[in-house]
Amino acid sequence: MSLDLPKEIEPAIELVGIDKKFGAVHANKNINLTVAKGSIHGIIGENGAGKSTLMSILYGFYHADHGEIRISGKPISIRDSQAAIAAGIGMVHQHFMLVENFTVLENVMLGAEGGQLLRKGVASARKELKHLEDDYGLEVDPDAVVEELPVGSQQRVEILKALYRGAEILILDEPTGVLTPAEADHLFKVLRVLRDQGKTIILITHKLREIMAITDTVSVMRRGEMVATRKTSETTVEELAELMVGRRVLLHVEKGDANPGRVLLSVRNLSVKDARGVTMVDNVSFDVRAGEIVGIAGVAGNGQSELLEAIAGIRKPASGEIFIDGNPVAGIDPAGLRDLGLAHIPEDRHHMGLVLKFEEYENSILGYHRDQRYGRGAMLDLDAMRKDAEEKIAKYDIRPPNPRLKTANFSGGNQQKIVVAREIERDPNVLIIGQPTRGVDIGAIEFIHKRIIDMRDAGKAVLLVSVELDEIRSLSDRILVMFAGKVVGEKTGDAGEQTLGLMMAGIAA
Amino acid sequence: MSTASVQLPAWINYGVIPLLNLVLAFFFSGLVVWAIGESPIEALRLLLIGALGRGEGIGFTLFYATSFIFTGLSVAVAIHAGLFNIGSEGQAYLGGLGAALVALSLDRYVPWYVTMPFAVVGAALFGAACAAIPAWLQAKRGSHIVITTIMFNFITSSLMNYLLVRVLIVPGKMAPETRTFLEGGQLPKLDWLISMFGGKLGAAPLNFSFLIALVMCFLVWVLIWRTKLGYEMRTLGISPTAASYAGIPYAKIVMIAMLISGGLAGMMALNPVMGASARLQIEFVGGAGFVGIAVSLMGRNHPVGIILAALLFGILYQGGAELSFDMPSITRDMIVVIQGLVILFAGALEYMLRPAIVRLYQQISGK
Repeated sequence: MSLDLPKEIEPAIELVGIDKKFGAVHANKNINLTVAKGSIHGIIGENGAGKSTLMSILYGFYHADHGEIRISGKPISIRDSQAAIAAGIGMVHQHFMLVENFTVLENVMLGAEGGQLLRKGVASARKELKHLEDDYGLEVDPDAVVEELPVGSQQRVEILKALYRGAEILILDEPTGVLTPAEADHLFKVLRVLRDQGKTIILITHKLREIMAITDTVSVMRRGEMVATRKTSETTVEELAELMVGRRVLLHVEKGDANPGRVLLSVRNLSVKDARGVTMVDNVSFDVRAGEIVGIAGVAGNGQSELLEAIAGIRKPASGEIFIDGNPVAGIDPAGLRDLGLAHIPEDRHHMGLVLKFEEYENSILGYHRDQRYGRGAMLDLDAMRKDAEEKIAKYDIRPPNPRLKTANFSGGNQQKIVVAREIERDPNVLIIGQPTRGVDIGAIEFIHKRIIDMRDAGKAVLLVSVELDEIRSLSDRILVMFAGKVVGEKTGDAGEQTLGLMMAGIAA
Repeated sequence: MSTASVQLPAWINYGVIPLLNLVLAFFFSGLVVWAIGESPIEALRLLLIGALGRGEGIGFTLFYATSFIFTGLSVAVAIHAGLFNIGSEGQAYLGGLGAALVALSLDRYVPWYVTMPFAVVGAALFGAACAAIPAWLQAKRGSHIVITTIMFNFITSSLMNYLLVRVLIVPGKMAPETRTFLEGGQLPKLDWLISMFGGKLGAAPLNFSFLIALVMCFLVWVLIWRTKLGYEMRTLGISPTAASYAGIPYAKIVMIAMLISGGLAGMMALNPVMGASARLQIEFVGGAGFVGIAVSLMGRNHPVGIILAALLFGILYQGGAELSFDMPSITRDMIVVIQGLVILFAGALEYMLRPAIVRLYQQISGK
């Protein structure tokens, strides 16, 4: 399903009939894709749609079972990432591949030092780097140590690295996940400059708004197939969402007015330090009332994680108080807090919310395993556990509906549903949630959002932390913005994105 | 996605793959035997006949296996809680002291079946005590359990040397060992078990502790997969962050797991001390603690697997001894080489064949 390109535009990349199976999983089914030279081409799709597999084939991590890759019209075989680099393909990964205690220059040179001795290579690399920075507006101090740079700059280093290796085609995998709105805007500016200078850019993302904002063309993948390619100017967010999911999706969360009651969760002058003794949460106070959702917005790493963990009892506060329904609870462990009616959907389901090697039913009692309903005294009642798991599976439409399946074999969205089901079905009074829909596909997002609203409407206090500003804005009745460990401001749920963005960057209060 | 994430049916995972590993190990052992000029087939025949040919051989094989089951369980329980207990050797050694003290003080007054429960508790308590300090250091101070348990092997060894040479030795004797326990301090031989299958136990020291080992296998299975404590141990072992999220107390679980692990190692002493030699001898553990690591690894930390792996090592020990007796050019050191190859292929290289088997399986099953 390739796009009809005007004759004079030459294709930078052509994928013809790419097919890849992993065992029983057909990750890429006969994919055809043409990306025009000097364009920004978006690829969207839900988790597991096959985007990453396709890009990994293009970058030489995997080999296609069938199909052909053509670069500038010539068929080539990409055996490994070296070959991809030689063919002019550069990749900016979602998680940066940088040596943190090296300088920018050293990182850019890495793998392309040019000879056994460094000195000559360093000099020429510095000159070349200066060139690149000037040409593309990618200002970074070449002598800065990478770990001291803000995330946005680190990403620029990744891009510079690719360009330094002569990349004509840049693949960016979810590049804005870690950026503030302002940093994302800057990235887009850079990408436009790169495009205007003739580079070809492939942008993989699940954020439809970004697709609309920056791409020239967009391809949609679903279940291993390339289902559509559109000119961005000729499509809409609604159409793309429908193509991704295969059915109509409610992009906007429908919720009525909040009906706040008494204060159920109260945080007073809370400070939390991390393992190195750095203050991550700095004298934070707020209340969450029954029947309201309070969202905490902020760029990742500004103390939200530590705040959540402190309230959940996982991390000891350095000072301050936490009250649940008026009772002081700071210092009580997570098991004790659960007894007091607190439930916690953690940010990181892989490392906290679930034990991936456990079977599904074992995870559906994690944290509540001491409960007598799952076995008398010291023993576990496996039948009771499985029955309980089956009920949750049915109610939350967890697929596949098999409590004996290893948790790692569920998709991200279904894994998250396992956690959400476990925590919400306990009918807690206070629900704290971190990144409820990270890595979750659109269909499941809709479902999880509805459950969160249901909790609010049932008169529970909900505290929501998310780095997705859209999510915070659509769910929250009140929004607190965290920056550098402090709550820098409070807005109502309908606050503008720009206002919040500036606050998240620490610029305005 | 690599082949590592492909799920294979249980019969391949727990049947075909270990068997192929074992075949490989024997193949390379055969090469070694062949290289020194002996017939590998003949060597294998002698080994198997020595271990399984007669009632006495079987008795010895099961006697060795008994020790390995205890130490294998000890290692496995710790591994389920994410702890690598290398100290089973020392814990078993100290466990011997516990068993011997009970036997020495009771054997005059009561029959063996009264002594036995106290001896089991005594051996387990002393073994657990030996594990307690490394466990506490890990739980409270973060000192790595691998390092501390290794150190405690040396500490225990020196302590027992001192006790046997200076304190427990029979006055006027040269051998550093306690007096021989009377019948009230000995575990009975299992003649009846072997004669049930028509064999004769002969001089083989297979004794009641074999049955205790089997009971412990069952209890460990219940503990790990059927109790809340076992659930907490497994959670901690796989994901410490998930455990802290779930409110599972790290220090407490580390302590409990290590005390159980040390206790199981300590019980191993019942077999040689009260079952075989009827006295506490110097260095009676003889490396069984370390073999326990291999046994647990090979047995996938599951009691059933541990029984099978312990039997395999029992066969290697007993059959190897017979083999080196019948083929003088195959020395005891050669037997250690063969044991090492088994550990290498069945334990360390456990996953070497897996990718190939996964591909083969996928082709055959037509997916």
